[in-house]
Amino acid sequence: MAGTKQSPATASQNPLLSLWKAYNDQTPDRLKFIDAFLFFLMLSGIIQFAYCVLVTTYPYNAFLSGFGSTVGQFVLAASLRSQVNPQNREEFKNVSPERAFADFALGSIVLHFFVYNFLG
Amino acid sequence: MPSLAYPVPTDLSPATVKNTASLFRIVTLALISGAAIASRLFSIINFESVIHEFDPWFNYRATRVLASKGFYEFWNWFDPTAWYPLGRVVGGTVYPGLMATSGVIYYLLQALNLPVDIRNICVLLAPGFSAFTAWATYMFTKEMKDESAGLLAAAFIGIAPGYISRSVAGSYDNEAIAIFLLMFTFYLWIKALKLGSALYGTIAAVFYFYMVAAWGGYVFITNMIPVHALVLIFMGRFSHRLYVAYCSWYAIGTLSSMQVPFVGFQPVSTSEHMGALGVFGLLQLVAFANLVRSHVSSQNFQKLLRIAVVAIGALGASAFVFLTYTGKIAPWTGRFYSLWDTGYAKKYIPIIASVSEHQPTAWPSFFMDLQMLMFLFPAGVILCFRELRDEHLFVIIYAVLSSYFAGVMVRLMLTLTPVVCVSAAIALSSLLDVYLNPVEPDEEQDAVAQPAKSGPADAAPSTASSKSTSSTRGIFGIDTRLVVVFNTLWMLSFFVFHCTYVTSTAYSSPSVVLASQGQDGSQHIIDDFREAYYWLRQNTEEDAVVMSWWDYGYQIAGMADRPTLVDNNTWNNTHIATVGKAMSSSEENAYPILRKHDVEYVLVIFGGLIGYSGDDINKFLWMVRIAQGVWPDEIQESNYFTPRGEYRVDENASKTMKESLMYKMSYYRFADLFGGNQAVDRVRNQHAPKNIELGLPRRGVHVRKLDRPYLPSQERGHARAGSEERERL
Repeated sequence: MAGTKQSPATASQNPLLSLWKAYNDQTPDRLKFIDAFLFFLMLSGIIQFAYCVLVTTYPYNAFLSGFGSTVGQFVLAASLRSQVNPQNREEFKNVSPERAFADFALGSIVLHFFVYNFLG
Repeated sequence: MPSLAYPVPTDLSPATVKNTASLFRIVTLALISGAAIASRLFSIINFESVIHEFDPWFNYRATRVLASKGFYEFWNWFDPTAWYPLGRVVGGTVYPGLMATSGVIYYLLQALNLPVDIRNICVLLAPGFSAFTAWATYMFTKEMKDESAGLLAAAFIGIAPGYISRSVAGSYDNEAIAIFLLMFTFYLWIKALKLGSALYGTIAAVFYFYMVAAWGGYVFITNMIPVHALVLIFMGRFSHRLYVAYCSWYAIGTLSSMQVPFVGFQPVSTSEHMGALGVFGLLQLVAFANLVRSHVSSQNFQKLLRIAVVAIGALGASAFVFLTYTGKIAPWTGRFYSLWDTGYAKKYIPIIASVSEHQPTAWPSFFMDLQMLMFLFPAGVILCFRELRDEHLFVIIYAVLSSYFAGVMVRLMLTLTPVVCVSAAIALSSLLDVYLNPVEPDEEQDAVAQPAKSGPADAAPSTASSKSTSSTRGIFGIDTRLVVVFNTLWMLSFFVFHCTYVTSTAYSSPSVVLASQGQDGSQHIIDDFREAYYWLRQNTEEDAVVMSWWDYGYQIAGMADRPTLVDNNTWNNTHIATVGKAMSSSEENAYPILRKHDVEYVLVIFGGLIGYSGDDINKFLWMVRIAQGVWPDEIQESNYFTPRGEYRVDENASKTMKESLMYKMSYYRFADLFGGNQAVDRVRNQHAPKNIELGLPRRGVHVRKLDRPYLPSQERGHARAGSEERERL
């Protein structure tokens, strides 16, 4: 969901900075790479949603498939992120990073098959 | 080396044991499939290979269109003969999964040069899929416990009457494939949750899509999985595996479910689907909070974070509430709402309450449908509580929810049956695990032995141990084991007999042909339904509109192949009320209605001669009620009762009743059959009236004679079929 990133915004400035610093220090590069993708997807979703709310919902299926593809891609990428995150190693004993990526690829293909079918 | 209660071969290599076990599993599953298919064939063997009931006739007709004209024609099929002046867009008002499945099987068999008639595929689809259901239940239960419990569950669901009742050969209804899809989607969900694999989540979403395309009961899955996820979150069992499984299922599943035209935008706009969306949002929040927490250490900040999560959650929930109030999100439809407020349908939507399978379930039918599974079921749920892994919670929630729904509505017995089988199999297999285990408990090990697993405390455990008389517990000797095991085997075999008996006597009659036993045990087949329908098919013009009560709409369209005014897809209540009004008005008032709708034939089912209680006079009050809902000024239910408030058809019947079209058509020349004697209506056990005059135009009279006296009027202008006993369930 697009709104989730704002949750710590209610905190004061100082913790946010420390959070940013901790994130920069502790996160491996490939996770940062996924996070950049996530951020991009979130922006895309926000723009589409704003367009839908402010301008028109007319081809509603087109909006739903576009928005659904960003949301779906977001959660699939977030799933990939948590699967390859070294911190979660013990949770995903059966899922190697390569397997996680293959799952991600397959999930995205299926998702986009339905998206294109629904664009109409 | 612990002492053993009975000798066990020790010289077998583990590989041999493993291979033999898997061979046994394959053979057992094959046998279970065979039993599941074979026990559903009573109706074919006793009668013939024919489609049963009412709804399957529409599915069959649609499948014929699909098989003969191809998929695109079926997808865009506009049926001008249903709901006569209006027509019906079939492609957009049907769950196409069932038809597509049998269409695929049909084309597949054609490609293999096995030209099987489409009707036989439709008739035998449900037994075939019951074998898949048994396999899916095996896989599901295997995730809950182990393979042996899985085999038991597969055997249970293979023959349990609760599921057979909706899947006998010829019962070509959506439930035929839906229960397989239900169990398989649940299995994939559990698997995805256990492994944290997006692959299984994706496959679960694809099968969820298939389920959405197949049955309106997909809403059960849509709410079951979110409830499970929500309970996991609230129990503090949030894991990234849950996030991966749920999000991959929801994102793909929701988008795919919207591809079904009948579902359309519902997953984002109706209350039934909002639970899934809400849990999806909550999971994002919780996952993000988890991520942030892993980066910061400050206690205060964590507190703040938690508050922020709760605040945003509350905000989101109130947004849902707001949108529901303003109407942006559609409220619960009456069909689902009547599950919560059980008096709702009777008060406001008589058409839902008028269907007999929407009534509450009585206790005997639980035992008839599930026999001993019914009392093993709670034991299995309790065993799930004792272990309580993530997937056991699923069984518990499923058990609680579906027990409630099955108690409210007879037809939802069907969704209860799988979980009863799973849970009973867990209970029984746990029992057998203990009593088939040859290891004797002994004193030395007792201190470190696993917590005593003995079920019913053994009578004399202390005699075996010489020193410690107090603490040794467990099962000693082979005799105690044999008693319990033989008792279990006896129960299991009795279960098989019960299931076969119930299936053959109660659930295997094709309702299109009615069988009655003569006094000498000979069987009479009353085939009046089809005779009437074929009369219509052969002796009327192709565009002659037939008016009947909505129950028979699909059968008229399927067998008589004539346009109907209303049918079993009750999407237009006003149109049904029009028919109800025409049936319950006097002839002068009814005739203009008939003319306005180009009605040429009126079909009335009358069972007064042979005691067929499901006839139109017994349904008449529902017609009146439904018509009254739309025209309260012209039709009043109280007018159809005698002054003392009785529903009578004899001389004491009220004036409105006697003048109604339904009454006159049903009893027209009925008294003539009795040759001057007092005419008796065998359903109502009342004297039937004499001298009923029909003023409506009639062209020609078609008279039939059977070996038993038979209502002779099938008239040009007004066809009428007399039929015998058949309870619509």
